Amino acid sequence: MNPLRQARVKRVAAALCALGALLAGCAGTGGGPKAPASAAALPVFQRTDTLWLERVSFGIDSESVAELHHLGRQRYLERQLEAPDAPLPAPVAQELAALEVAHADPVRWLAEVGAEYKSINAMPDGTAKVEARKALNEHGNKLANEAIRSELLRAIYSPSQLQEEMVWFWLNHFSVHQRKATLRWLVADYADRAIRRHALGHFKDLVLATLEHPAMLEYLDNNRNAAGHVNENYARELMELHTLGVGAGYTQQDVQQLARVLTGSGVVNAGNPPRLKAEWQALYRRDGAFEFNPARHDFGTKTLLGHTIQGRGFAEVDEAVSLIVREPACARFISLKIATYFVADTPPRALVERMALTFSRTDGDIAAVLREMFLAPEFNAALGGKFKDPMRFVISAVRFAYDGRTITNTRPLVNWLNGLGEAPFGRTTPDGYPLTEASWASSGQMSRRFEIARAIGSGNAALFDAEDGGAAAATGFPQLSNRLYFEAAEPFLAAHTRDALAHASSQQEWNTFLLASPDFNYE
Amino acid sequence: MKRRDALRFGCAALVGGGLAGRLFAAPTSGPRFLLVFLRGGYDAVNLLVPYSSSFYYESRPNIAIARPDASSNTGALTLNADWALAPAVRDTIGAMYLEREVAFVPFAGTDDLSRSHFETQDSIELGQPAGGVRNYRSGFLGRLSETLLGTSASAAPISFTDALPLAFQGSATVPNLSLKNVGKSAFDERQAGILRQMYADHHLEPAVRDGLDLRQEVTQKMAEEMAASSRSAINTKGFELEAERMGRLMHDKYRLGFIDVGGWDTHVGEGSAQGNLAGNLAGLGRGLQVFSQTLGAEWSNTVVVVLSEFGRTFRENGNRGTDHGHGSVYWVLGGAINGGVVAGEQLPLSRTTLFQDRDLPVLNDYRAVLGGLFGRLWGLSPEQAARVFPEAPPRDLKLV
Repeated sequence: MNPLRQARVKRVAAALCALGALLAGCAGTGGGPKAPASAAALPVFQRTDTLWLERVSFGIDSESVAELHHLGRQRYLERQLEAPDAPLPAPVAQELAALEVAHADPVRWLAEVGAEYKSINAMPDGTAKVEARKALNEHGNKLANEAIRSELLRAIYSPSQLQEEMVWFWLNHFSVHQRKATLRWLVADYADRAIRRHALGHFKDLVLATLEHPAMLEYLDNNRNAAGHVNENYARELMELHTLGVGAGYTQQDVQQLARVLTGSGVVNAGNPPRLKAEWQALYRRDGAFEFNPARHDFGTKTLLGHTIQGRGFAEVDEAVSLIVREPACARFISLKIATYFVADTPPRALVERMALTFSRTDGDIAAVLREMFLAPEFNAALGGKFKDPMRFVISAVRFAYDGRTITNTRPLVNWLNGLGEAPFGRTTPDGYPLTEASWASSGQMSRRFEIARAIGSGNAALFDAEDGGAAAATGFPQLSNRLYFEAAEPFLAAHTRDALAHASSQQEWNTFLLASPDFNYE
Repeated sequence: MKRRDALRFGCAALVGGGLAGRLFAAPTSGPRFLLVFLRGGYDAVNLLVPYSSSFYYESRPNIAIARPDASSNTGALTLNADWALAPAVRDTIGAMYLEREVAFVPFAGTDDLSRSHFETQDSIELGQPAGGVRNYRSGFLGRLSETLLGTSASAAPISFTDALPLAFQGSATVPNLSLKNVGKSAFDERQAGILRQMYADHHLEPAVRDGLDLRQEVTQKMAEEMAASSRSAINTKGFELEAERMGRLMHDKYRLGFIDVGGWDTHVGEGSAQGNLAGNLAGLGRGLQVFSQTLGAEWSNTVVVVLSEFGRTFRENGNRGTDHGHGSVYWVLGGAINGGVVAGEQLPLSRTTLFQDRDLPVLNDYRAVLGGLFGRLWGLSPEQAARVFPEAPPRDLKLV
């Protein structure tokens, strides 16, 4: 840190402590912001380092800043890409292990829910029936809420931050809505087994994992897609939203052909394998709650994207997906979407082109595409210009404000995300949430965002209450004017933000302004 | 309320100034339009009762609304030889109907047959032709708002919801604010000033300023509201309260509004003249009446459409409720509309005229009906109307 900057930091720190009695934090943390001496011992941290880290994670905290200091960008990135699934902090791991969804069992749950619906429908009308339906609904709600809680806690606390960002990105790309059919029983497993497992792997595996998950099959109606009763819904979205993008050159004919390929791919029926003709038995396939039923499959020959696919059962699906993901349009579509999320609302064309080439060259290796992007000069040049969507805003605010301290209550976060219009598993349409600023920065959303900044900054958000609404631990407000701030944020603040902070009349207000500032809301 | 109050708010806003943001550049003339979306699929035939149909009474032994009784002024209100209005809204919507401020369009709805709440809600809000490639970033109010930018009317849109609804997708910037539980503004004048200043040279400055202003303005209006209610001892709540706040905001600035109201999914214990549905309808009716009164003279320059994703099964189910159906009844309200009619194509209701032997058929496609209404309201050219509802030739019911 240069001397001028140090002097300024000292002035700011002194000014803060001069706020006196209101600033409980200065006394409480033993002498207030202690940035100057300790930060000076560390290597120089550039504005772009902070911003780079903001994007390669769900927001800076002390640990990630220290790690970036220690490793530098390239090694930091390699560690994120090559060693996913790093252990969670113990309190978070315990928290997640105690959830019912930690032992998600879609096969058993779907069988139970199916049986329960059946028995409810057979009940005579009256209170008992109403109560039984209510109990079933409450169980579904509980499981979906646990799935959301897991995702939020992992986003905040997982050391594998980039993996968690990609989990969010792919959950949004392969979006499902918890309110449809039995999805509330399935979304936790979908996130864990279909998405997280392949989030940094090969794109084709990811497509196949979602294709074979009951959540996707139910959400886009492929469980109803059978020979003679073709349902095109999933086939269409698989090409339009998941792989090629609209306008990629495929035709309605291709959609119909792919729908035929997908006939018979569905969800197991209450645990009873279907009775099949002898020649079909070898083609029957079952994996967890996924089922390929040859009796529902169209065995005719198909022509997809100009290639002939011989009708022969589930092997057609693998062939079709391979064809699709090897299309140059797929490489471009996925690269553009990743770059729109991480780089800029309109990412540089040359960068997207290189990412697409990497995608094609590596057969859709997601980690390779990310490496190309995060270390590109265009990425560095674009830093500071990307508006955080609600998820990134909320998670980064909690990471920054509480810096490793484990929150107990995620409900306020869920309410904020709902209020800002980005509820987890809550997008009703299959296109997922938009990734650009225009969708998140309306006047109503900005004032709502400021109110959330205030709730976090003033410590009134009940984040340390019990999840079930039980008694609060004594908390107080967070100390944002801390070492992390002086090291990684303060030196780079815009003049208007400095002015605002200088006019804060309390630590709480100061916290609020910082979290509401353009500096914090862009990365 | 209090026509005088409404006028006063209007003046205050003009004199007060300081609200000259981009989004607040409301035109001084041109119609207002509010869409009220009843989410959950309301049971339309227990609102607009086909009392001439004996099949209706056979189908609903426990929940039918009794035939109008000329000697009673609390039962269903006779609208014409076929239809009567539920007693729950007799004093509100019924009274307005008699003043020709309300029309109903039965057999209205969509061609979506999923009978799924969210799929049908989505398809209504998107308003795009069936069977084509859907654009999920383009709702019909968004397209309307963009289309009006090219006319002299130009809309000042607002959504009175927590999140921007699908219907408004695709429009440049539409502010949204739920008026349901507006607490005290989080920021006082000084804090709001500091926040605004932080974005002084930023491209988000107009959004930040408008957002903070809108929030403070609502807080201020609520303070006035509380002062007024403590004087007149009126205790409004629920949708009524939201409607009054909406009325004030639409009176002063906004010309294209959206709100959704939930609680209509009456599978169980629906009630008839009284009960769950009647309670909800009564609240909705009072709210719309308050909305009209709050607008004062401007009510004549305002049109409200109430719709829902689908109607419900014509027959009651085993739980004295109804299940997801198809055709619905839409409402059109306004101070200067050609109301006092039940409009659009209609059929006598019997078992043979039901759709799939269970629901009201759809004879009046909502895209055609709304397209016709928008066309008249804003004088849209056929090209402009087709931008809002592509491939849906407008059907003019001459209600406005």
